[in-house]
Amino acid sequence: MKFTKLLASAAVALGLASAAAADTTKVGFIYVGPVGDGGWTYEHDQGRLAVEEAFGDKVETFYQENVPEGADAERAITQMALQGADLIFTTSFGYMDPTINVAKKFPNVKFEHATGYKTADNVSVYSARFYEGRAVQGHIAGKMTKTNTVGYIASFPIPEVIRGINSAYIHAKRVNPDVEFKIIWVYTWFDPAKEADAAKALIEQGADVVLQHTDSTAPQAAAQEAGNVITFGQASDMSEYGPMPRVSSIIDNWAPYYVARTQAVMDGTWSTVNTWDGIDTGMVEIGEISDVVPADVKAEALAMVKALGDGSYHAFTGPINKQDGSAWLAEGETADDGTLAGMSFYVEGIVGDIPN
Amino acid sequence: MDLSAISPALLIASLMVAATPLLLAAIGELVVEKAGVLNLGVEGMMIVGAICGFAVTVETGSPFMGVLAAMVGGALLSTLFAFLTQFALANQVASGLALTLFGLGLSALMGQNYIGIKPPSMPKLDIPGLSDMPFFGPIFFAHDPLLYLGILLTAAVWALLKYTRVGLILRAVGENHDAAHALGYHVIRVRILAIMFGGACAGLGGAYISLIRVPQWTEGMTAGIGWIALALVVFASWKPWRVLLGAYLFGGINVLQLNLQAAGIAIPVEYLAMSPYLITILVLVILSADKSSAPASLGRSFHASN
Repeated sequence: MKFTKLLASAAVALGLASAAAADTTKVGFIYVGPVGDGGWTYEHDQGRLAVEEAFGDKVETFYQENVPEGADAERAITQMALQGADLIFTTSFGYMDPTINVAKKFPNVKFEHATGYKTADNVSVYSARFYEGRAVQGHIAGKMTKTNTVGYIASFPIPEVIRGINSAYIHAKRVNPDVEFKIIWVYTWFDPAKEADAAKALIEQGADVVLQHTDSTAPQAAAQEAGNVITFGQASDMSEYGPMPRVSSIIDNWAPYYVARTQAVMDGTWSTVNTWDGIDTGMVEIGEISDVVPADVKAEALAMVKALGDGSYHAFTGPINKQDGSAWLAEGETADDGTLAGMSFYVEGIVGDIPN
Repeated sequence: MDLSAISPALLIASLMVAATPLLLAAIGELVVEKAGVLNLGVEGMMIVGAICGFAVTVETGSPFMGVLAAMVGGALLSTLFAFLTQFALANQVASGLALTLFGLGLSALMGQNYIGIKPPSMPKLDIPGLSDMPFFGPIFFAHDPLLYLGILLTAAVWALLKYTRVGLILRAVGENHDAAHALGYHVIRVRILAIMFGGACAGLGGAYISLIRVPQWTEGMTAGIGWIALALVVFASWKPWRVLLGAYLFGGINVLQLNLQAAGIAIPVEYLAMSPYLITILVLVILSADKSSAPASLGRSFHASN
């Protein structure tokens, strides 16, 4: 991988050198997967293309894909800063500490870290309230499952993923008291073969709904082969698997945010923000609910989307207990953002332990 | 915890599927290394095989044409390596790494129009009566043809290396290329053929992922299986049956740990997730206590003038 990066950065450096004379704003992106993953990284790259579209010659974007989370990310981000980037988006949770470290060394470069919680004078964080979308998925899953077994392919035990599991579980349980979640941690964001194996294991053990928090469409393919199993698109619409097995999806729409932040850098108005938007601003979109879902369930789901969007309903509304039975939210109480951002516990009813 | 949710027959059947790409790539690399060449480009040849197989299957509608194309694609890419290392006498380690990078980039380029497409599926062996047998049916009689090919290939490579004249020449070239040359064998030709065989096997392994195990195309979908295949050859002490054992062990524990997690067994997930690597290495290290060593000329360039 290192050689690819060297080559890629050499190419980028050449590109920068030739354009140095023009007054352009340089925006860099660090991706965790390949742009062709059909999921997470694909949507970030769509955001990058939207920035190019919006500003044309006044902006120059470049990216590095497949950057591993961890120490190597620091090198990749440093390199991007050295190449003269004015604004760098680091688009995975594991880049949080590397981003902060590099930001200290480059006070004049603006950094934006996706899904993290550590900020600095030149580091903003942004994320989307995916859990709102997962509430809708959970509702559909609870209504649709005939075996009362819902499989969940989880990536890493970070708050973002745990929040998604809880949100989906709460809403599935609410409409189907017999529902049970089987959770598999695969410790990867993108490994189609492993995701396919995990989906198969869940299906063999009776799951007829498979939810995923990994980036490829391999679980969709596995569900399709198995027959009567439904899935949801993750990060991207994944509509090529509709109307069955993919019955709906959570779509990340980063484009407006990326455009706005690039504009802020150009105007010199950029300041540190902590953005956490959901269905209300369109950062989270619900992909079309296919006709495989009965009309009444679809109507309920759409009503929930509307309520989440206008703020009349919060996905974490009490009474909700923690897994050990202790009280968390009282009747009618809603969770505050601080607790949600650092969520490290399962809610009552989920079987199993969170890896730590 | 509910272990009864795990069906042993389905578990074994799916471990065989999970192990096959690894087995195919590793058995090819074993032949290459037996001939004294270290080709680190397995990952690159696999991913090129994956896209070649996928693209041709989609275009022709025939999975068998796709499989053929995957082998040709892998073999063609490996000839590039063969040219660099056998004629230009380039460093094998660097050339192999470059081959992987080249393969990853090339496959991403070739695959641009194939993202999100579903390939025609490979027919499974379906013998009336036998395939429906409880327990043995799903394990032995209900797979795709490539899975059986992997096992047959292991047997063939083993028999070839052990009992045939061709195998003897191949091993001689790998152990001492100067001696083999002095005896009149064409070292370079043997090595090029071995490299192409390895490339074809790696391509086949890649196609197994894109056509059967996942079935779809996404960039980088081999996700390091080529590297595991390289390690497997070393830990299996360059012995075909141990490669099979190692591949099945690795695939098996991988599938088992996913099943155990889904069944909610009370072992910390971290241990389960690393178990395939640990246990496979442990078992093969114990097995390799018989002091089998690498082919003596492994990684060394040969030129008749030296």
